Amino acid sequence: MLKYILKRLLIMVVTLWIIITLTFVLMVSVPGSPFNSEGNSNEIVQQNLAKHYNLDKPYHVQYLLYLKSIVTLDFGPSIKQPNQTVNDLLGRGFPISAELGIVTIIVAVISGITLGILAALRHNGVIDYLAMGIAVLGISIPNFIMATLLIDQLAVQREWFPVATWKSPMHMVLPVLALATGPMAIIARLTRSTMLEVLTQDYIKMARAKGLTPWKIIVKHALRNALMPVITIMGTLVAGIMTGSFVIEQIFAIPGMGKYFVESINHRDFPVIMGTTVFYSAFLIVMLFLVDIAYGILDPRIKVAKKEGE
Amino acid sequence: MEKILEVKDLHVTFTTYGGTVQAVRGVDFHLNKGETLAIVGESGCGKSVTSNAIMRLIPSPPGKITAGKILFKGKDLAKESEKKMRQVRGVDISMIFQDPMTALNPTLTIGTQLIEGLKQHRKITDSEAKKRALEMMDLVGIPNPAERMKQYPHQFSGGMRQRIVIAIALICEPELLIADEPTTALDVTIQAQILELFEKIQDVTGVSIILITHDLGVVAKIADRIAVMYAGKIIETGTKREIFYEPQHPYTKGLLNSVPRLDTKGRLKPIDGTPPDLFSPPEGCPFTARCPFAMEVCNKVYPKSSNLSDSHSVDCWLQDERAKQLLATMVTN
Repeated sequence: MLKYILKRLLIMVVTLWIIITLTFVLMVSVPGSPFNSEGNSNEIVQQNLAKHYNLDKPYHVQYLLYLKSIVTLDFGPSIKQPNQTVNDLLGRGFPISAELGIVTIIVAVISGITLGILAALRHNGVIDYLAMGIAVLGISIPNFIMATLLIDQLAVQREWFPVATWKSPMHMVLPVLALATGPMAIIARLTRSTMLEVLTQDYIKMARAKGLTPWKIIVKHALRNALMPVITIMGTLVAGIMTGSFVIEQIFAIPGMGKYFVESINHRDFPVIMGTTVFYSAFLIVMLFLVDIAYGILDPRIKVAKKEGE
Repeated sequence: MEKILEVKDLHVTFTTYGGTVQAVRGVDFHLNKGETLAIVGESGCGKSVTSNAIMRLIPSPPGKITAGKILFKGKDLAKESEKKMRQVRGVDISMIFQDPMTALNPTLTIGTQLIEGLKQHRKITDSEAKKRALEMMDLVGIPNPAERMKQYPHQFSGGMRQRIVIAIALICEPELLIADEPTTALDVTIQAQILELFEKIQDVTGVSIILITHDLGVVAKIADRIAVMYAGKIIETGTKREIFYEPQHPYTKGLLNSVPRLDTKGRLKPIDGTPPDLFSPPEGCPFTARCPFAMEVCNKVYPKSSNLSDSHSVDCWLQDERAKQLLATMVTN
């Protein structure tokens, strides 16, 4: 197990390095610089600025400087917001983004699994069709459409919820809803199909033959097996929620990391681009790693396969 | 002898898109206390449906018990509520399934799966339950039970898993054990061991057993009485001796002839043809189309049961006096 974890950690570092390199290549090959949007056309000023931020150096030197900044976890100052370092921005944006993300995942997982189970237990019944109808809608409607729809219906026309910003639990409702419907729909459909499959298994029949209550059969015997595939796609779903949050944070004017990420690309704010990219990538890679570990804990057969594989 | 189970005129149907399948069409049999009844027949004849109906484990919809009584110690299980049935399952009647590779939940330890039935039905502490589980594992012949209890199904061989399944079925001391093809998925040496285990547990616990199988070798080893099923009906029942040595129904004879034997030479004689379609079963005897002795009446009217002895009865027109006379004249001519 330890050997497996170490191996995975090494792969994670390599993955991260590839992402950093690709981001750097993309960054320098995109036209435009942080300074020419601001109307200070004075060339000497621009050159001095470039020098100050090491942008006049050859690419390989810049690349090494970026690598150094990542290893030391100090991404330097933001170019556009000169009074703040990238670490300041991350420190301020991350808790908000994390809050949005975690609440969204909790909502998506709980409602998705519940819908999926209900649909499976009432297979081909009204609840099944209703739940799957909701799921198809959830998958088909992009989250930014969902967000504008929700704002229009529930915040503008009915004024039940605030339109934007991030201050109280009431402010959370709409962005979380907009962000959670997609993943919820995917989880619901997956839970339903695996649950239907698991319910026909012999061990479920055996559990019934033992005289167990339906509740115990579903929770103890069926759900655990049915959730394996859901755990597998959790990594991808987390990634989806993260990228979705870029858009949602923009729409609802939430001062999270997504907002800085999008702004930094628009402004060619190189240190911020680098910092947010590295942060997001590292976070996602760790999440995928955790999903794999969780899989091994939930399904005892996986551990053995790993041992044999080593 | 005390009858522990009596099934009377049981009918089970399954509603599908293609129509209604009459899987079990009026099955009568009984089981005495402490004996082993084997229900034999080919695939799709309704053996498993009958056993699942006794446990009321037929998925509904599409399945439904449309008529008949299942009297377990005088109580009609066909009419019990689902809640009452839950107190019967695993406590009074237990079931063993065909494939031990899929009958155990892969994500729970053997110990958990052994104990949970006990915890469901008895007020019992964890340590008492564990002690009982260890006893059961010992009874079914699992070495190192304490250690094995913490393991998962994938760490057990097929034969060992079937022993566990048997231990799970017996842990609440049921009076009736239904074994649905318990040895079909096992290889032959393990089959013999499991059959010996059945004999042993019957000696130790006095449990009555219904054995569903299509393997006549298994039947010969452990059954006391045999019921032969064909197309949703029991066509002949008798003691093991009566069925093996004096089979009366042409189907039973055909079944026995299609078992390979060491002491006879020549080709095996299979029964030609296939069983009838149970979407629209024939009105008369369902075996008519495959029967070498078929008469006109067979196709039209289902024969009444003829009792040849206290234990031996058969549904066949050949038992009718007129058919016997006819046969006699044919022989003399």
